[in-house]
Amino acid sequence: MWRYTVRRLIQGVITVWFIATATFAAMHMVPGDPLGSERATTESIRQNLEARYGLDKPVFPDQYLIFLGNMARGDFGISFTQQNRSVNDIIREAFPVSAQLGVLAVIFAALGGVLLGALTALNRNRLPDVIIMFLVILGISIPSFVFAALGQLAVVRLNDWTGQSLLPVAGWGTFQHMLLPALVLGLGTMAFLTRLMRSSMLEVVNTDYVRTARAKGVPPLRVFWRHQLRNAVLPVITVLGPAIAAITTGGFVVELVFAIPGLGRTFVEAVQQLDYTLIMGTTVFYGAFLVLMVILVDIIYGWVDPRVRLG
Amino acid sequence: MTGNLTLETLETHDGLRARGDPALPAVRLVLPLLVATLTLALLAPAADGRLREAVDAESRTLTLVLEQDPPQLDSTRSTDTVSIRVLGHVKEGLTRYDERNQLIGGVAERWEVREDGATFWLRRDARWSDGAPVTAHDFVYAWRRVQDPATTSEYAFIMYGIENAEAVNTGALPPSELGVRAAGDHILEVGFERPIPFFARLAAFAVFLPVREDFAATRGDRYGSSAADMLYNGPFVISRWSRGARLTLDRNPHYWESDAIWLNRIDFGYITADTRAELNLFRDGKVAMANLDSETMHNALQQRWRIHRFDDGVLFYVGFNHRPDRLTRNRNLRRAFDLTFDPHEFVNRIIATPGNRPGISLFPAWMQGAEGRLREEVPPRPSEVDLERARHYLELAREELGLERFPPIVLLTGDSPTANKQAEYLQSMWGQTLGLEIRVDVQIFRQRLAKMTAGDYDLVLAGWGPDYNDPLTFGDLFASWNLNNRGRYANDELDHWVRRAQNELDPHLRAQAFGEIQRIVAEDVVVIPTYERARLYVMHPRLKGVVRRQISPDPDFNRAWIE
Repeated sequence: MWRYTVRRLIQGVITVWFIATATFAAMHMVPGDPLGSERATTESIRQNLEARYGLDKPVFPDQYLIFLGNMARGDFGISFTQQNRSVNDIIREAFPVSAQLGVLAVIFAALGGVLLGALTALNRNRLPDVIIMFLVILGISIPSFVFAALGQLAVVRLNDWTGQSLLPVAGWGTFQHMLLPALVLGLGTMAFLTRLMRSSMLEVVNTDYVRTARAKGVPPLRVFWRHQLRNAVLPVITVLGPAIAAITTGGFVVELVFAIPGLGRTFVEAVQQLDYTLIMGTTVFYGAFLVLMVILVDIIYGWVDPRVRLG
Repeated sequence: MTGNLTLETLETHDGLRARGDPALPAVRLVLPLLVATLTLALLAPAADGRLREAVDAESRTLTLVLEQDPPQLDSTRSTDTVSIRVLGHVKEGLTRYDERNQLIGGVAERWEVREDGATFWLRRDARWSDGAPVTAHDFVYAWRRVQDPATTSEYAFIMYGIENAEAVNTGALPPSELGVRAAGDHILEVGFERPIPFFARLAAFAVFLPVREDFAATRGDRYGSSAADMLYNGPFVISRWSRGARLTLDRNPHYWESDAIWLNRIDFGYITADTRAELNLFRDGKVAMANLDSETMHNALQQRWRIHRFDDGVLFYVGFNHRPDRLTRNRNLRRAFDLTFDPHEFVNRIIATPGNRPGISLFPAWMQGAEGRLREEVPPRPSEVDLERARHYLELAREELGLERFPPIVLLTGDSPTANKQAEYLQSMWGQTLGLEIRVDVQIFRQRLAKMTAGDYDLVLAGWGPDYNDPLTFGDLFASWNLNNRGRYANDELDHWVRRAQNELDPHLRAQAFGEIQRIVAEDVVVIPTYERARLYVMHPRLKGVVRRQISPDPDFNRAWIE
C-alpha cells in the first residue's frame, strides 16, 4: 500500500512536470504579445518590462529553466496584469473560493446523481425513469452559462414575486450566495453521474448475488443498500476524482455570471490577457490538483472495493 | 420563456419523495452529507449577511457593479478605465472636472500656464487620509516616479513636453532632472520643453495624481495593491478591497471639501463583466446602475425603464496599413474604399443599437474647440457615397499598382460579436461594390495589437478614446512620430499642423490647425471614421448627481446624492 502510494506520487510529479512543459511550450507558441497594450509604449519602457519579467532572455533554455527552478521552489512569479501581486497570492486567495463552491457543487452532483441514477434503474422504463432521463439529457447538453442565466432570472422572479430577498442574485460572502451557483455548477456532473449510476445499477439489479440475497429473505431495503448500491457506486467513485477537479476548475462561466472571485475566472482571464506567469501558475496548480485527485480516488477505490489489489 | 426549465430540473428532487422504499436507506447517505453542508454553512463568513440594497438614503449608501477588479491602483502606472474611475473617487489631482464638465481647481487653488512652463498654487487645507497636508513635493515625487524608467509607466509619454521628461524616461537623465520642482510646500513649478497650452486640463489625468514619498517607500512593490497599501486625498477612501469580490469606498473625513460630499459609502459590491448579471442585479434592486449592451437593452425596454445615453468619447474607424509594401498605401485605393462606405447606414443598420453617431471626422462631436464645439468652428466635409467615382479610383489604383487584378485584402478585427458583425458587413459590402475579396482575420485583443504593431494587415477595425480634454488627444494620432500611429502614416503636411496645434497658444489658431488636420485625414483617407460610440444604461430613479463624461473618471459619483 505505501509503496504503491509513493510510486503513484512520483508518477504524479512527472505528470505535473509534463503538463508544465507542454503549457510552457504552447503558451509561447500562441501568437500575441503579453506586454502589448492599447497605448503604445516607448522602446525603453518595453525593454524594462521585458527585463522585469525575464522576457529579454531566450525562451529556451534560459526562460524555461528559470521557470522550472522557480516552480520547484513553489514560486510562480509576479502577474503580468496585476502588476504588483504574486501569482501565489492570487491562487491563495482565489482557490479557496472555487474550492468551497466546488465542494458544495460536488455534494449536489454526487448526491443527486447517485440517488436519481438508482431511482431510474429501479424504475426502468417507467414514468420516473423517462422523466429523469429526459432531464438528464437536457442537463448534459445544455451548457452551464444557460443554466446560470436562467437560474439567476428565476431568483429575480422569485424575489420579485415574494417581495423579499430570498436568495441573492449574485455576489459572494455568505452561504446563501453559494447555493444557486453550486447547483448550476453541479448540474452537468449530476446529469452525467445519474446516467453512469443508472447503467451501473442496471448491471447489478439482477445479478446472482442480489437474487440470492432476496431468496435468503433479506429485506428489500437492505438488498438495495448493501448489495446493489454499494456495488453499483464504484464507477461513480472512479469518475468523482476527475469530476471534483473539473468542477473546481470549470467554474469560469458560473463565477463570471455570479460575480464570484474564484480561480476558474482568474484562469480564463489570464489566458485572454496572455498573462504568462498567471497562466503557468494556475495550470500547474490545477494539474497538480487533478493528479492528486486521481491518485486519491485510486486509493479510496481499493478501500471501498477490497477486490482491487493495490501493489 | 425557457425560464421554467431550471425550475423543472430543480423539481426532480421532489421525485425522490414519490418513491418511498429505495429512497429510505439513502437517508444514511444523505444525512452525513447534509451535516457536512450545514457545517459549511456555519463556517462560511457571515459578515455580509445583510443583503444590500441599491440605494439607501438613510445610511447614504450606494451599491454598484464594477466590470473588473482594478489590476492595481498605483496611479503612476494605471492605464485602464476601471482603475482610473476608482482613483478618481479616492484621489484628487491639481485640477478636476466639475458636474458641468468645466475644469476647476482640485488640490490647486489657482494656476498659470505660460509658454515655457506652469505654476500651480496649492490649497493649504488639502489633506491626506492620515491627516498630513498634501504638498507640492507629493506631485514632484509622483511625476518623477512616472518618468523613472524603472516604474515602466505606460502613460509616461503623456508628460513628454515637460522639461527633460523624455530624457528621464529613456534613462538618459536621472529622475531628479525632471523639470518639476516644489517652491515651498504649496507652489509647484513646471518647466516645458515646448508649449503645452492645455496643461491645466492634462493635469487632471490619473498619472498626474500625487503620491506621498514616505508612504510609498514603506510599501515598495506592494504600493497600490490593497486598501492598506494606499494613501488617499480624494473625497473617498477605500475601506475594503476583497480582490475580485468587492471594493468599498467610504467618505474621507480629511478631504478638504468633505462638506460637499453627500454619500457616506459607495459600495462596488459585485465585480463582474457579465452585463446580463448586472441587469439582473439591477432588476432585483441590488445595484443602482446597469450598463446595457445590444442584448440587455431589449430587456430594459421590455421593463419600460428609462434608458439613459451618453457619448463615451471613443471614435471607431477602419485603419489602413500605410507601410510601403502594402496595397493600402495607394491613395486611390483608399479613396475607393471611402466612397463606398456610408457611416449612416453602418450606424443605423449594422450596429443598430440606438444613440451611436455616424463617424464623419477624426474629431468626435463632443470635442471642445476655441469657444464652443470644435465641429462648429471647423465643420468637417460631409461624407459622400459615389459608386461610379469609387470604381474609377479603384481602376486608377489597379493601374498605378501594376496589377492584373487585386489580390485578397486582409481586414484585421477583434473577436467581439460587434466587431464580427461589422467586419462581415464590410466584407460583403466591399465585395459587392468594388468586387474586392476581403479576408477577415479575427484575433484576440493582444494578438490584434501585436499584428497592428508588426504591420501584418491591410485594413483594421480599431478605435481611439481620449486621454485628456483637448482635440490634440485625437489630433496627433497620425503624426509620423506617434507610436500609436500603427499604420505608419507619414505626411509632412499633417506633421506640420500637429506641431502647430501643439505649440500654438492662441485657441482660434489652434482650432484652425485642428481643422487642417481634419481636412488632411479626410482627403488623404488616412482612416475611414465609422462611428462615435454611445453608451446606454439604466439608473435608479432616486439616484441624482451622477456625472457621465468622455474623460475618466466616468461615471463620477463624487457629488451624487439619493433623493
